[in-house]
Amino acid sequence: MTSQSSDPVTGGPAVAGEPVSADEANAAVVARRLSQRRIRAQHVRDYGIVVFAIALFIYFSVASPAFATGQNLLNLVNQNATVGIAGCAVTLTIIAGNFDLSLGAIFVLSEVLAAYVAVHWGVWWAFPVALVAGSVMGLINGLLVTKLHVNAFLATLATALSFGGIAAGVTHGGLLITPQGSVFTFIGQTRVIGVQYPVIIFAVVAIILQLVLSYTVFGRHLYGVGDNRNAARLSGLKVDRTVIITFVVTGGACGLAGLIDASTTGSGSSLTAGLAGQLALLAIAGVALGGSSIFGGVGSVWRTVLGVLMLGMITNGFNLLAVTPYWQDIVRGLLIIIAVAISLAVDRR
Amino acid sequence: MSTATSSPIRLVSIGKRYSGTKALDNVSVEVAGGTVHALVGANGAGKSTLGKVIGGVIRPDDGQLFIDGRPVRYTSPREARIDGIATIAQELSPLPHMSVIENVYFGIEPRRYGLVQWRRLRAQYDDLLAQWGFELNGNVKVGGLRTADKQKVEILRAVASDARVIVMDEPTSSLTSVETTTLHRMIRNLRESGRTIIYVSHFLDEVLELADTVTVLRSGRLVRTAPVAEETEESLVAGMFGAAEAAEHFDKPQRSTAPVVLDVSGLNRKGVLADISLQIRAGEIVGLAGLVGSGRSELARAIAGADPIDSGTIAVDGSTRRIRSSADAIAAGMAFLPESRKDDGLFLELSLAANTTFADLRTVASRMGILRLSVERGKTNSLLKMLSVEPPVSSAKAANLSGGNQQKVLFARWLFRNPRLLILDEPTRGVDVSARAAIHRLINKLAAEGTAVLMISSEIEEVLGLAHRVLVMRRGSIIREFSADPPLEAVMEAAFGLGGGATA
Repeated sequence: MTSQSSDPVTGGPAVAGEPVSADEANAAVVARRLSQRRIRAQHVRDYGIVVFAIALFIYFSVASPAFATGQNLLNLVNQNATVGIAGCAVTLTIIAGNFDLSLGAIFVLSEVLAAYVAVHWGVWWAFPVALVAGSVMGLINGLLVTKLHVNAFLATLATALSFGGIAAGVTHGGLLITPQGSVFTFIGQTRVIGVQYPVIIFAVVAIILQLVLSYTVFGRHLYGVGDNRNAARLSGLKVDRTVIITFVVTGGACGLAGLIDASTTGSGSSLTAGLAGQLALLAIAGVALGGSSIFGGVGSVWRTVLGVLMLGMITNGFNLLAVTPYWQDIVRGLLIIIAVAISLAVDRR
Repeated sequence: MSTATSSPIRLVSIGKRYSGTKALDNVSVEVAGGTVHALVGANGAGKSTLGKVIGGVIRPDDGQLFIDGRPVRYTSPREARIDGIATIAQELSPLPHMSVIENVYFGIEPRRYGLVQWRRLRAQYDDLLAQWGFELNGNVKVGGLRTADKQKVEILRAVASDARVIVMDEPTSSLTSVETTTLHRMIRNLRESGRTIIYVSHFLDEVLELADTVTVLRSGRLVRTAPVAEETEESLVAGMFGAAEAAEHFDKPQRSTAPVVLDVSGLNRKGVLADISLQIRAGEIVGLAGLVGSGRSELARAIAGADPIDSGTIAVDGSTRRIRSSADAIAAGMAFLPESRKDDGLFLELSLAANTTFADLRTVASRMGILRLSVERGKTNSLLKMLSVEPPVSSAKAANLSGGNQQKVLFARWLFRNPRLLILDEPTRGVDVSARAAIHRLINKLAAEGTAVLMISSEIEEVLGLAHRVLVMRRGSIIREFSADPPLEAVMEAAFGLGGGATA
C-alpha cells in the first residue's frame, strides 16, 4: 500500500454507467456551501477570543493610563500565575474528556505540606514534597475515575473535600510560618531581570504543556481520547493510562502552584480554602473562556492562558477604574456564559 | 373499555431520505382495519422506517398518510397517540424506576382535584388484566422486568389508552419461544377486539402464522402487498431479495493453497457466540452473512479484541495469540473497521492526518515521542490521494467530510499499518454509490496483494460480489459455508433458517 501513483483501481470517482444527475450536482454544491459556512462559524469560535482579548486590552489601555504599563502588566500576570498554572494543566485533563474540581484542594494541601516540611525537615524538602504530594493526589483522582469508574465530577468533588480536611488537620486550622529569607521564600519574593519568578514559571509551564499537546504522541492521544474514547481504544490505545497521566500532571501542577503561593506568602495556611475554591473555578473558567471544549477533544493551552489572563485583566482593569468588585464578578460570569454559548452554537450547526 | 373500531390506514407515495440514501421511495400501502398487517424486508429495506412513519416517530419527506380517510401529518408519536396509534418500539422505552401500573397509566391516570386516585387506578388495572388474560404484578418496578414483561407493559399501555392501531417493531427479537407464543395470543386477542396491528418482523414463519396481509419491501421500495394465504417463506424471500442486483462482481482466484492467516477455533461467548471456528487464508475475502442479531458483528468484535471471549483460540500466521484488547489485536497484525464509524471509528473534531495516523503514531514520531508533523502530513496526503478522499487535505476536519469520504479515511488509518488481516463490519454503510464502488475495488485490491479479509455486510449482494467464501451465521453459530458465488437465494434461506443445515 505504499504506491503513490494514482491507482486506476481505486481512483475512479464514479462508476461507469452511473450518470450524475443535475439534482445530485446541485446537492453537492449546496453541501459544499453549507460546509463552508460551517467552517466560517468555526473560525468565530477559534479566533473570536483573540479578537475579544485584544479589544479588552485596548479598552483598558485607553480608559486607564496606569493599565498598559510594564509594571502593571507584570503584576497582572504574577497575580494570576497560580491560577494559570493550574488552568494550563487541567486543560489536558479536559481535552481528554474529563474534569477536575479538586485543583484548589490539591493546591492548598500541597502548600500546607510544603510549609510543614520546610519548618520541620528543612527548606529544601519543600520542593519535592509539594510536587510529589500534588502528583499523588492527582493519581488518586485518576484511579477513582478510571478503575472505579466514578464520574470525574463527583470523584474530584469528593477528593477536594478530603484533601481540604487533611490540610486543616496538618495546620490545626491555622497558619504555618516558613523560614523567612531562605531559599524557600526566594522564589515568591524576588525577581530576575525585573520579572517575578512566578511569572517565569507560569510561562515555562504553559510553553511546555502547549508543546506536549501539539507536538507529541501523548498530546495527540489526549485529543483522541477526548474526541472519541471508543475509537481511541479500538485503535489500540491504553485509554485508562492516558487519562490517569492527565490527572497526575494536573495534580503535580497544582502542587507547584501551591509551592509558589507558600513561597510568596512565606506561609502555608489551610485558611486559604476560600481561595482554593476560587482557584478551581477560575482555572476552569479560564479554560472555557479560552474556547476549549469542556466536553473534550478540542482545545489548547494558549487558549487557557488567554482565558485566565482575560479574567485577570477584568479584575485589574476594573480595579484601576475603581469599579466595584461585584460588577467585576458579574462581568466575568457573563463573559464565560457568552463564550460557552458561542462555542455550543457553533457545534450545533 | 369500549370495543375499539378501526378504520383503514392509507399511505400514499411515502418517501424518506437519510443523508442521500433513500430509506423509503414512493411506497403506497393500504391497511385494512381489524387485521394484522406484516411488514417484511431485508435489513435496511425500510420496514421499520415505514412502521415509524405510521406511528409518527418519523416524518416522511414525501407522500401523505391518511387515517380514516383524513390526511394527517404527525410531528411526534404523541400526536399519533391522540389519533389512537401506539408504537411499541424495538428498544422499549418504559419508565424504569416507576411501577408497572404507573407506566401503564402514565399521563392518563384518573384524577380528582389534581390528585391521582390510586384505588380506582388499581381497580382499573385489575380489570385490564382480566380483560386481556395477562398476569403481571402491577406494583413492581418496570426496570427489573424481563423484556417479555416490559413488552406486556407497553401493550397494556397501548390498550389502556384506547389505541386502535398498534405498531410493533420486531417484537419477538429478544423473546423466548414460549414468550413469543404468548405474544401471538395477545396479538390475536387484540385483532378480535377490532384493533389493527402493524407487525414489523424478519421472522417469516411468524409472519405467515400470524398476519392476514403482508407487505414486502426491498431497498426502500414496495415489492407487493398480498394476502398471507398467497405467500410462502420462499416467495417472501424471493420478493425481499429479487433477482441479484448488478453489484460489481470480482474474479475469485482459488486461495486454497495460500498460507492460513487467521485461524479461529472453538470461540465461545456466553449467549452470543457458540463454538465458532474459521480460517482465512492470505489473499482471501471471507464474507459473513446473517441477519441482524445473528452474531456477525459480535464475532468480528471478538476476533478484533473489542469484546471479551469466554473460551477459544485465535492464531495469526500460525502462532496463537492472546487477544484481550484492541491493542493485542493490532499487535497481531489485525485491523478492524467497526460497524458505526461515528461511535467507534472517527475522531470527528480532529484532522484527517490525526485520524489517519492515530493507530500507529510511532511511525511518524521520533523515539522520544515527538511528532514529525511534516512526515505525517506527507504520508497522510499520499494515502488520501490514493484513496481519492475528497478533499485530499490532511488538515481538513473529519466532521466536514461526507460519509463515503469518512469511511475512506478509516481505511487510510488501517492501511497505514499494512495489516495482515482486515476485519470490515459494514464497510459501505451510508456511503454513496461512487465511494462504495471505490471501496469495493480497494478491498479486492488489498486481497489481491495478500491481505486476508473478513467482511460483514447486511447487503447480501455486496458479500456475494466480493467474497471468495461465504459463512452464514444464525443465532451465534456458523451454520453454512458456501464457496465462491453461491446462489443468493441459498444464502438467504440459510440466514433465515430454512432448508438444510438450519440449526435453529
